[in-house]
Amino acid sequence: MITRLLLMLPMLWILITFTFLLLRVAPGDPVSVIMGEHGNPAQLQLVRQELGLNDPLPVQYVNYLVDVFTGHMGTSLVTNKPVIQEVADRMPATLELTFSSMIVASLMGIGLGVLAGTHRDRLPDFGVRLFAAFAYNIPIFWLGLILKLIFAVDLGWFPVAGRFSARLATPPTVTGMYTIDSLLAGDLRGFVDAVDHLILPSLTLGTVLAAFFARVTRVNVIQSMTSDFVEAARARGIRRSSVFYRHALKNALVPVVTTMGLTFALLFSGAILTETIFSFEGMGRFVFLAISYRDYPAIQGAVVYYGIIMVIISLLIDVVNAFIDPRIRY
Amino acid sequence: MATGYGRGRVSVVGRLFSTFLKHSKTGAGLAVWAGIVIVLSILVLALFAPFLAPYGPEQYFGNLLPPGGAHLMGTDRQGYDVFSRVLWGARIPLGVVALSTVLSLVIGLPLGLLSGYKGGRLDRLLVLIMDSVYAFPGLLLAIAIAAVIGRGLINISFAIAVVYAPTYFRVIRNHVSSVKQQTYVEAARALSIPRRGIIARYILPNVSQNIPVIFSINAADAILTEAGLAFLGLGFPPGTPDWGSDISLNWQVFDTAWWATFYPGLFILILATALTFVGEGLNDILNPLLRKRAPPGAEGR
Repeated sequence: MITRLLLMLPMLWILITFTFLLLRVAPGDPVSVIMGEHGNPAQLQLVRQELGLNDPLPVQYVNYLVDVFTGHMGTSLVTNKPVIQEVADRMPATLELTFSSMIVASLMGIGLGVLAGTHRDRLPDFGVRLFAAFAYNIPIFWLGLILKLIFAVDLGWFPVAGRFSARLATPPTVTGMYTIDSLLAGDLRGFVDAVDHLILPSLTLGTVLAAFFARVTRVNVIQSMTSDFVEAARARGIRRSSVFYRHALKNALVPVVTTMGLTFALLFSGAILTETIFSFEGMGRFVFLAISYRDYPAIQGAVVYYGIIMVIISLLIDVVNAFIDPRIRY
Repeated sequence: MATGYGRGRVSVVGRLFSTFLKHSKTGAGLAVWAGIVIVLSILVLALFAPFLAPYGPEQYFGNLLPPGGAHLMGTDRQGYDVFSRVLWGARIPLGVVALSTVLSLVIGLPLGLLSGYKGGRLDRLLVLIMDSVYAFPGLLLAIAIAAVIGRGLINISFAIAVVYAPTYFRVIRNHVSSVKQQTYVEAARALSIPRRGIIARYILPNVSQNIPVIFSINAADAILTEAGLAFLGLGFPPGTPDWGSDISLNWQVFDTAWWATFYPGLFILILATALTFVGEGLNDILNPLLRKRAPPGAEGR
């Protein structure tokens, strides 16, 4: 566990350094980009001084590292708020979306994978594999638009956009996730409303990942159903269904859980697109706005903090893995 | 590997082709063939767009005309014919995929060979760097790079290449480090063949069979990443026919004019799925060993 943690730190350092280099080595002057065409040379010089861009590169680098860990990532040019504050406000929304998508993906993916694995080479297997092939390659934003048109615009079952209805008062901020905060405040209507807003975005984002989980689960179910311990259990006369649930399935799910850490990266990527489609005010929306207005401090800050969150999540998943599978030792 | 009795260079294409024919009746062979036919058809549509498309990509007709009549797939917000733009628009995704894959290969293959063969400190360092890039959300990384270096075919391809280079690196590196334990490599070393010769003659031919597989699986992801970048407005100058860019311009009117967004998206889905079919099928046929490989992330970390 300790070595795992020690390995995470250089990874994080590489990412942070990479973002630094990206913005320094890149052609073009960040200051003239920030100031646009309006700045006169004297103003540019002032801003340059203020941002410390006249210092030698190593000094800039050390200052940058200090800034990252003290949360001074500059001010967003679009919203005029400190980047760290934007991240603190929006990251919970993105986490809420990714977690609920992970739930959708696991339920749907594992369910379909078990169905396919237990009916190998028969119709359900064929159907699931076909679904997985297509679902994994759907452009997320396109799927989101279609789901939105059908279920929100035409049928009116779910809200079209946003995280919470304007007519309700948002719950007091504790975690920043509306579902959890409204539960903590004992506000059941608020909770239902927050879940209602989450369903379509999570279904959009979760479907793509479900395809991935279905494939991994299918392969592992097939493998564990043909393994020696399952054969041994069958030979002892244990019922088929109980062999499956108590022996085969448990073993088949271990590799699925192991892949979850890396799939969070997939979810974060997809969340940027999903949030844009559903006007879901999370980090993805922020990144989209930052791109549209060439808001470099915001893009840089977003990348760095995404990196930090990724590292924390994959660390947590590794801990969970070590509990589930005692063979894993870090 | 069964092919590895120090046979030296074997034509990858020739081996691929004969293996295909053997498998053309199995499910995997069928998937590969279906995928190849679809990808080639889209390639033909893209190349011959000037002859096949009924109109030019920037010919104005009237905004958001519904499908039917003179416009099979309707017209978009700019008043352009959607069907024509779908054909013209295939060029950029295909170009980006080709260019970004070559770039990824140029980065990932030599580093993978070096890292896997030499091992030691350099190997650990490269693995660490590549793993950091690999673990990071791909689209976000591409956004960060594209936001800095700007739009255009080469820039977008480069941004995507950085995202997928670690995949080539990992697969090649892991394969090399197992191949180099083989007796014939040991024998070559005992004959004091220089390192470069060993890598070129004994290692490369054995690991090169991975390349078409990673290529087609990554190509599907690259298509989707390119579409995502273009959708977010990081793709190409306005007016350029490109599936993702066209969706980016039209999605806000999806509720009233679905066709301008639906068809470009459908083609992204078809092309990406076809490439996946090719990749998965090839994987089943060429790498019976890789099939039993642990899922990504499960290998000993």
